Amino acid sequence: MKLCVLVKQVPGSESALRIASGNTWVEDAAALFEMNESDNYALEEALQIKESLGNDSEVVVVSMGPERVQKVIREALSKGADRGIHINEIPEIKSDPFATAQVFANVIKVENFDLIFSGLQSDDVGSGQTGVILGEMLGMATATLVMATEVQEGSIKVKRELESGWFQWVSMSTPASITIQSGINQPRYPSLKGIMGAKKKEMKVVDLSTAVTIEKQQSFANIYLPIADKKTEMIEGNVDQMVSRLVDVLKTEIKVL
Amino acid sequence: MDILVVLENNNGAIHRMSLEAIVAAQKLADEQNLSNAILAIGADSNALANAAAHYDTGEVLTAEHNLLSVYNSDGYAAALRQVIDQEKPSYVFFGHTYMVRDYVPKISAQLQRPFLCDVISLKTNDGLSFAKQAFNAKLAADLGVASEGTILVSFQSAAFNADLISSGSAEIREVAVELDEGMIKTTAEEPFQEEAGGVDLTAAEIIISVGRGIGKEENLPIAEALAQAIGGEISSSRPVVDSGWLPSFRQIGSSGQTVSPKLYFALGISGAIQHVVGMKGSKNIVAINKDAEAPIFELADYGVVGDLLEIVPKLTEAILAAKN
Ligand SMILES: Cc1cc2nc3c(=O)[nH]c(=O)nc-3n(C[C@H](O)[C@H](O)[C@H](O)COP(=O)(O)OP(=O)(O)OC[C@H]3O[C@@H](n4cnc5c(N)ncnc54)[C@H](O)[C@@H]3O)c2cc1C
Ligand SMILES: Nc1ncnc2c1ncn2[C@@H]1O[C@H](COP(=O)(O)O)[C@@H](O)[C@H]1O
Repeated sequence: MKLCVLVKQVPGSESALRIASGNTWVEDAAALFEMNESDNYALEEALQIKESLGNDSEVVVVSMGPERVQKVIREALSKGADRGIHINEIPEIKSDPFATAQVFANVIKVENFDLIFSGLQSDDVGSGQTGVILGEMLGMATATLVMATEVQEGSIKVKRELESGWFQWVSMSTPASITIQSGINQPRYPSLKGIMGAKKKEMKVVDLSTAVTIEKQQSFANIYLPIADKKTEMIEGNVDQMVSRLVDVLKTEIKVL
Repeated sequence: MDILVVLENNNGAIHRMSLEAIVAAQKLADEQNLSNAILAIGADSNALANAAAHYDTGEVLTAEHNLLSVYNSDGYAAALRQVIDQEKPSYVFFGHTYMVRDYVPKISAQLQRPFLCDVISLKTNDGLSFAKQAFNAKLAADLGVASEGTILVSFQSAAFNADLISSGSAEIREVAVELDEGMIKTTAEEPFQEEAGGVDLTAAEIIISVGRGIGKEENLPIAEALAQAIGGEISSSRPVVDSGWLPSFRQIGSSGQTVSPKLYFALGISGAIQHVVGMKGSKNIVAINKDAEAPIFELADYGVVGDLLEIVPKLTEAILAAKN
């Protein structure tokens, strides 16, 4: 089986976010990048499927972005993925899931993947659309919010998360593109041996910016700090002062003590 | 047709988030003098259409087919796409539900039209524009649309208030859709609920909720001691459950429980929308977070910027002292 995982590098949850000039993205220099959370789960799921199927399966990791994204590709290779494809960033489309999927479709259609795994949502753009649009463009079956997989010859059955603790099993023939919800598995850490081995694995760099026409559909036209509409009392001072004000609030305002 | 709102079926009734989308459509129709309509797809569409006909809308459409009796993304996408082809709405509105996440991107791909998702506001001051959250709700983005034609828009839970829906009376019209089995690539089984756990968090008066900011499993007793001192239940955000530190029945949010206690302590929780929908009804929200910019402070009644590992143990001590 040929498995593809889309892995995005995004500012981590502890990262500083400074709005870059032009107000359409954040400054790269200030940010602390890591692998998008649900993509890490998607990668783990693909690796586990590969391991259960045996040696003729392959996991290919694909990421689009500037050169720094090779770091998350290497990280995936060191966990056991077989090779990587780095697609050079096309800055005008980075907040557009349709155009992003179009680029992926162009690059990977020749690979004839049986399964494409992606995260259910990126932490920066947060559209939750790329994996589904890509699957649709490649004529694949799609399923989102996947919390378990069972792979058979030529088909896959997935457990989809619905709202408020409900689930549903859905089966489909491959090829299929499925988006993975966090919590589906416990992602591994790379081993030292894996890290050493990753250096020798293939990483192809693709530049598409002039090769294909990309239809941009939407973009971040202007980003800004959200406007708060609720009045919050910020409790200030040193730790002891904050604690004593909190106890006061619990006693006299919320009345739970 | 200018605006088409697509209803979602929630156990035979109109999903609350679809009502919110109707409110958005009514507001936009009012302000810009546009026409609007409501569409019910699939099983129960007649019941849903009858309910929707009591709202202020131009007309109510139904699209039914035996291949739509159980939700499936290919069938829903194909049916809605046919309605869009026939009716040519400028905007199609949805609630940003899990189902909408599942099938609407397919329509975006097929029509090559943008799907503006999880939209938090609609601005009409200078043309029409939509905004969404970005970078995990730490920033907001006004969305630009590149070309002319139908725009698909889903609204975040509570972006509009369903109580503000205006009533009216509308005619119902059936739209024919043609589907065949070859279009449908998936087979879905009946939805099921995983067995619930030992505690009913919805009944708790006080909830101490921990997020990823707790750092590691070994730090959980810090929160448990506070819960014990104040007489509350422990709950958490999703990553804490994903990491296996707490059982899934303690998760609050769109895929967990919805609670509205008298007091909700958010410890090291950033305040992502999928968490917030599960706790925003709390009477009092106290947030402790080391990041002054964390979105949870937009929602909290009381905010403390600082390290929970330092503050919570002292707070527990002070509460125990105050009680004696
Ligand atoms: C479809 C879907 C469904 C989802 N369902 C749910 C759901 O049901 N429930 C849910 O919770 N999430 C859900 N999520 C995930 C959600 O989007 C967020 O990723 C999640 O809520 C973040 O959890 P968190 O706030 O604990 O972690 P983070 O976002 O990582 O935030 C951790 C916070 O802790 C703070 N912090 C760190 N260290 C300390 C310290 N020492 N002291 C004080 N503060 C500290 C940080 O400043 C940060 O604000 C869902 C997502 C999707 C896409
Ligand atoms: N530039 C990218 N590089 C790699 N994967 C991506 C990229 N953009 C989106 N993805 C994948 O698509 C998923 C959904 O992204 P989004 O539609 O932006 O929410 C992510 O979790 C990734 O798996």
